[in-house]
Amino acid sequence: MAREMWKGNEAIAEAAVRAGVEAYFGYPITPQNEVLEYLSRRMPELGRAFVQAESEPAAINMVYGAACTGARVMTSSSSPGISLMMEGLSYIAGTEVPMVLVNVMRGGPGLGNIAPSQGDYNQICKGGGHGDYHPIVLAPASIQEAVDLMPVAFDLAHKYLNICCILIDGSIGQMMEPVILPEMQPVVRKEYDWAVSGAKGRKRHVLSSIYLDVPTEEKVNLRLLGRWREAQANEIRFKEYFLEDAEYIVIGFGTAGRIALSAVRAARALGIKVGLFRPISVNPFPYKRVEELCKQAQSILVVEMNTGQMLKDVETAVRTRVPIRFYGRLGGVMPFPDEFVHEIQEMIKNPGKPEDDPADLWYQRMMAR
Amino acid sequence: MVATAIINPENLVYARPKGFTDTPSHYCPGCTHGTAHRLVAEVLEEMNLLDKTIGVAPVGCAVFAYNYIDVDFVEAAHGRAPAMATGIKRVWPDRVVFTYQGDGDLASIGMAETVHAAARGENITIIFINNAIYGMTGGQMAPTTLPGMKTTSSPNGRDVETQGYPIRMAEMLATLDGAGYVVRRSLHDPANIRKAKKAIRTAFETQVHGLGFSMVELLSTCSTGWGVSPVESLTWLEEHMIPAFPLGDYKIAPSVAALKI
Repeated sequence: MAREMWKGNEAIAEAAVRAGVEAYFGYPITPQNEVLEYLSRRMPELGRAFVQAESEPAAINMVYGAACTGARVMTSSSSPGISLMMEGLSYIAGTEVPMVLVNVMRGGPGLGNIAPSQGDYNQICKGGGHGDYHPIVLAPASIQEAVDLMPVAFDLAHKYLNICCILIDGSIGQMMEPVILPEMQPVVRKEYDWAVSGAKGRKRHVLSSIYLDVPTEEKVNLRLLGRWREAQANEIRFKEYFLEDAEYIVIGFGTAGRIALSAVRAARALGIKVGLFRPISVNPFPYKRVEELCKQAQSILVVEMNTGQMLKDVETAVRTRVPIRFYGRLGGVMPFPDEFVHEIQEMIKNPGKPEDDPADLWYQRMMAR
Repeated sequence: MVATAIINPENLVYARPKGFTDTPSHYCPGCTHGTAHRLVAEVLEEMNLLDKTIGVAPVGCAVFAYNYIDVDFVEAAHGRAPAMATGIKRVWPDRVVFTYQGDGDLASIGMAETVHAAARGENITIIFINNAIYGMTGGQMAPTTLPGMKTTSSPNGRDVETQGYPIRMAEMLATLDGAGYVVRRSLHDPANIRKAKKAIRTAFETQVHGLGFSMVELLSTCSTGWGVSPVESLTWLEEHMIPAFPLGDYKIAPSVAALKI
């Protein structure tokens, strides 16, 4: 169990291999290319399936087919590519088959750029594809956390027969840091009573997302919701830093949360009683824990690399109990810890009122810069 | 003599194949989907493949193909069947995987998936139903609609100046090195149906022997979409479709030609 220097995308790919991924289908897009490139060598070496598809729609539909066999399957992409996969993701959710998706977000909308961004939080957490479905979304803040979550992602996908997404951004995908990779697990293909394999010695299995009978489709939607509610009850993950005596709380996920930790340490050095709450499961979102934190917080600072997408989830949990301040950088701009320290200081100086609209006030400040 | 006296095995000349369910057909009178389904079921039974085959149904009139062909099945998104089949085949290389697709599904929205599955030499079989029209959505122009042919979205007849020309898929895919067996047959009369069955058999043999991509294009009828009677639709196919889509063997790789079937 050596600590080794790994590039994020390659470490994630190797972690997936060690978590027993049997089939990978992908398409090149920056900044996730190294996942595809690494697996193009590694998967055939182990006798496992790898296809560079002709497009993201083809890649996700290859995943869809492979997921129907009950094998551990995955794909990876980045923002514009994820948009192209949305159709397939909806079908996969509607067919109730498991898969893992690695989403290495970049600046958008449109072609955008290849810099790190968190602009696709809503896309993956709140839908994207058509219909009522809820993917499980885990947002690690380091390469170590990403590789540790890889086996978890497969376990969750198969437990809840759902999409499990590892949501990172280009900085985690592209940077190198020392990591300890998880142990190699044997490939185990579970014998599901729904998977297709050729109907030898059993009744045939038919997998579909079509339910022309409307009441049946309602039942299917309720079944999906039931499984989602179970995930909401059991799969909340987060990390807390310096919260014991914290009077002010910063909330951020992924890279923004990691930068916020540096900011919180710096603010602590200035004698400010501030702590960090970092959601890891951003879907399901830790609403209850955020609600509890309102009891100790005088005010909350939400930091993101978008226009305040997770902010809406924090607001849902806080329900105007305490004032919230928001700070976001956009379009691939990475915030520096100093910016967050400044925001913490400004929040303490001028906490505002719980009923203020933090996104509106942030926009006014951005435009006045 | 009572009627039941003649019901005994030696008098049996025609029965429902094992791979065919007894579900009543939802297809229109005069539609050849039922014939094509049955041929697939017969071939899979004769090759003893029913318990190792996975079918991929399309979006189109054959969306419920799995209600009739009695094997493991998945239902794809519109046009994505070859990609889905690829995913299944790569996980189960020793199983038989086939798609069943219409012209809108295969040659329009799913063109990329079709061409690239063939280019990769993906070891799958495609049964391609070409009836020159979108049946399920109500008779719109398809990529295979003939020049001048009236549809609900080419009400004055397909105008090649603005709506282009039909695509000949079998000819196009035959140019790809990954294709092992690509032929076009027709379902308009018994003699051609027998030839179609033989082609479907060869296509599945191609897959079983790992000889690459195989596709059988079947010229088919859509009397409802064409606005003609079932009988007229058979004549219309013969008179109009065959000249535009000539029957024939477009790609038979030497390894496939060497198969003894």
